[in-house]
Amino acid sequence: MSSESPVHGHEEVISSHVHAGHEVHHHHHHEESFVSKYVFSQDHKMIAKQFLITGMIWAVIGGLFSVLFRLQLGYPEMTFPILEDIFGKWAAGGRISNDFYYSLVTMHGTILVFFVLTAGLSGTFANLLIPLQIGARDMASPMLNMLSYWFFFLASIIMFSSLFLQSGPASGGWTIYPPLSALGQATEGSKLGMDFWLVSMAMFIVSSLLGGLNYISTILNMRTKGMSMTRMPLTIWAIFFTAVLGVLSFPVLLSGAILLLFDRNLGTSFYLSEIVVKGEILPNEGGSPILFQHLFWFLGHPEVYIILLPAMGMVSEVLSVNSRKPIFGYLAMVGSLFAICILAFLVWAHHMFVTGLNPFLGAFFVLLTLLIAVPSAIKVFNWLTTLWRGNLRLTPGMLFSIGFVSLFISGGLTGIFLGNSTLDIHLHDTYFVVAHFHIVMGVASMFGMFAGVYHWFPKMYGRFMNNTLAYIHFWVTLAGAYLIFWPMHYSGLAGMPRRYTDYSNWHSFNMFQDMSRFISSVAMVVFAVQLLFIFNFFYSIFKGRRVTSTNPWGANTLEWTTPVNPGHGNWPGEIPEVHRWAYDYGKDGRDFISQTEPVGADESKH
Amino acid sequence: MSLQRKRTHPHKFLLWVAIGSIIMMFAGLTSAYIVKRSQAGWIMLEIPTIFWYSTVTILLSSVAVHFAVKAFKDRNIPKYKQMVWITAVLGIAFLIMQIIGFMQFSRMDIRLVGAGSNASYSFLLAIAGLHAVHVLGGVIALTVIGIRAMSARSKSYNAVPVEVVATYWHFVDILWIYLILFFNWMK
Repeated sequence: MSSESPVHGHEEVISSHVHAGHEVHHHHHHEESFVSKYVFSQDHKMIAKQFLITGMIWAVIGGLFSVLFRLQLGYPEMTFPILEDIFGKWAAGGRISNDFYYSLVTMHGTILVFFVLTAGLSGTFANLLIPLQIGARDMASPMLNMLSYWFFFLASIIMFSSLFLQSGPASGGWTIYPPLSALGQATEGSKLGMDFWLVSMAMFIVSSLLGGLNYISTILNMRTKGMSMTRMPLTIWAIFFTAVLGVLSFPVLLSGAILLLFDRNLGTSFYLSEIVVKGEILPNEGGSPILFQHLFWFLGHPEVYIILLPAMGMVSEVLSVNSRKPIFGYLAMVGSLFAICILAFLVWAHHMFVTGLNPFLGAFFVLLTLLIAVPSAIKVFNWLTTLWRGNLRLTPGMLFSIGFVSLFISGGLTGIFLGNSTLDIHLHDTYFVVAHFHIVMGVASMFGMFAGVYHWFPKMYGRFMNNTLAYIHFWVTLAGAYLIFWPMHYSGLAGMPRRYTDYSNWHSFNMFQDMSRFISSVAMVVFAVQLLFIFNFFYSIFKGRRVTSTNPWGANTLEWTTPVNPGHGNWPGEIPEVHRWAYDYGKDGRDFISQTEPVGADESKH
Repeated sequence: MSLQRKRTHPHKFLLWVAIGSIIMMFAGLTSAYIVKRSQAGWIMLEIPTIFWYSTVTILLSSVAVHFAVKAFKDRNIPKYKQMVWITAVLGIAFLIMQIIGFMQFSRMDIRLVGAGSNASYSFLLAIAGLHAVHVLGGVIALTVIGIRAMSARSKSYNAVPVEVVATYWHFVDILWIYLILFFNWMK
């Protein structure tokens, strides 16, 4: 950080040069205090680390919840007195109570989908990579960027405190369908826990929107000289489309959530009609619970791409760097991201095939859903052809990227089953669905995130993570992911429904008991290995092998032209100018050609 | 760098994306309204007359903010200050009229919330209420730039913050016109 003050000195000059006359607020303290550097930081790199570490804490909590409910599912006949010691009435007699089970499942989904794979993934890598890879000193509005993190923090605090409510956290599933979620009398989890959930999510949406606005305007407005849109690395393209999806779909979830808050607390009837709950006849009339599902899934489906696209972008980048080959079909990759982005808004009703949706309407949603297979297949083809005859360096980041491609194929194929409205009559709400979305969205995106962490850790902390631990982490997680979710396809095809705590007295499905126990055991091992990753992460921040060169992976993108530990402002001198795309690997007998190198006389421009 | 100078200022661009996002929220709500309207038990909405007065008020405030930007660009700071405060006061007047409008419902014995309420009026409250929150945000922004112009310390000729606030203000104005036409048309 010794280069701090010259960086700032220069920043004033450059940025006032770039957008003349808006630099009123650019009075940085040259000596940053602990608070302004680590807590209320406006440096995009520090905000990225804040998102990452908060996301990791959430991942441990969410993962632990899955271990708890897998314990129940795998060993329904056993009692664990220690659970009663910890959770009291929620695990009376050492068995997880039904209410507690539903709370665990709900919180597992909410935490992993929103707090880990949206905020933890996009928040981290959009903040870290956008300014570094497009050649900007910071985001369009560092202030909004900081607010984005602190709204996320606030959402986290509210969600976390809901775990300690007397009536427990929300328990209506992460999709919080009314009327269950709207009526406190219906279940414990729909009491105060649900209000906490809604308020927390409102804060979360504000955080996502502030972040997304910033990502879009930074990418479109603050690229360095020569960085045309078609020279951007695919990570940036992916993050850009992710932000567009978020900015357009999260507000709709907010409207749905606001109406639900009205129904819960002001006695309105947006979603409620003619309900009798526990013998009590409710006065609500004329509402429609299906309306909520439309509003929810209009966000909910883009949300799965909000989770997946950044992982796709990072995987494309890491695969190309470590294959020492250009990415295959760059424009096709951008085009398919765009196609996915458009289709994401047109398929929401495939989550609602069995709600009484008009089958004629359903046919269109089937068609549009299956169309997503086309851009997805293009991407898979391009990843495989990038690997094909490459000079592969199997770094941990690379392994996780290859693992991502594997998982994306396996999970994507089952999506074709589920996208058919007729098959969905049988498959919906079974373990088949659980297996599908965990592999394609959950584990695959986690793999993308791991790939990103291993690959950009040297940029974040100036050190490498431990490779041996990383390889153990990779192989156990990959094998574990398949061992956990593959068997679920079979029980799902047999019709085994999700959301039950105990199948032992259910003769149709108790034959899967041994399999369930096996899944639970593997889940615990995989969870333990994630703790190994967390240990590796924090250990390496302080004790990891130091990075000695600025460009340890031999990559072309701009983040590797900064110093090993870049200060606020990223480049000590001028921002580098870009002359070529990001994927000149193995060209003209050279291993790699950085984006900053001018196009030679014997080269054509691109 | 000459290329970048021609580009939209990042903060203005930020606002345009934010406007897109707000539009999506109200599009979600108004399409929910359309869906609900076709279902049983729907009562046709009566819009209180005062909402038309508030429409005129917010239209006038948009004119005022337009002159504020013009005055600022002409470096006519006294007139600029005057226009900003007029806009803010008209904005507050708009909010008060909205509140009066909703209080009239209770006098007409129409329940917006609670037992016996009909979703059509609840929708009006939710949608117009959310719009009012956005207007309130605009009033706060106007107050901030108003106070900034009053303090002698900072003399800024940077028009970007003023233009950002003005664009946002025009947006909430247009949004309200859309909403009132929507409710009227949906009758």
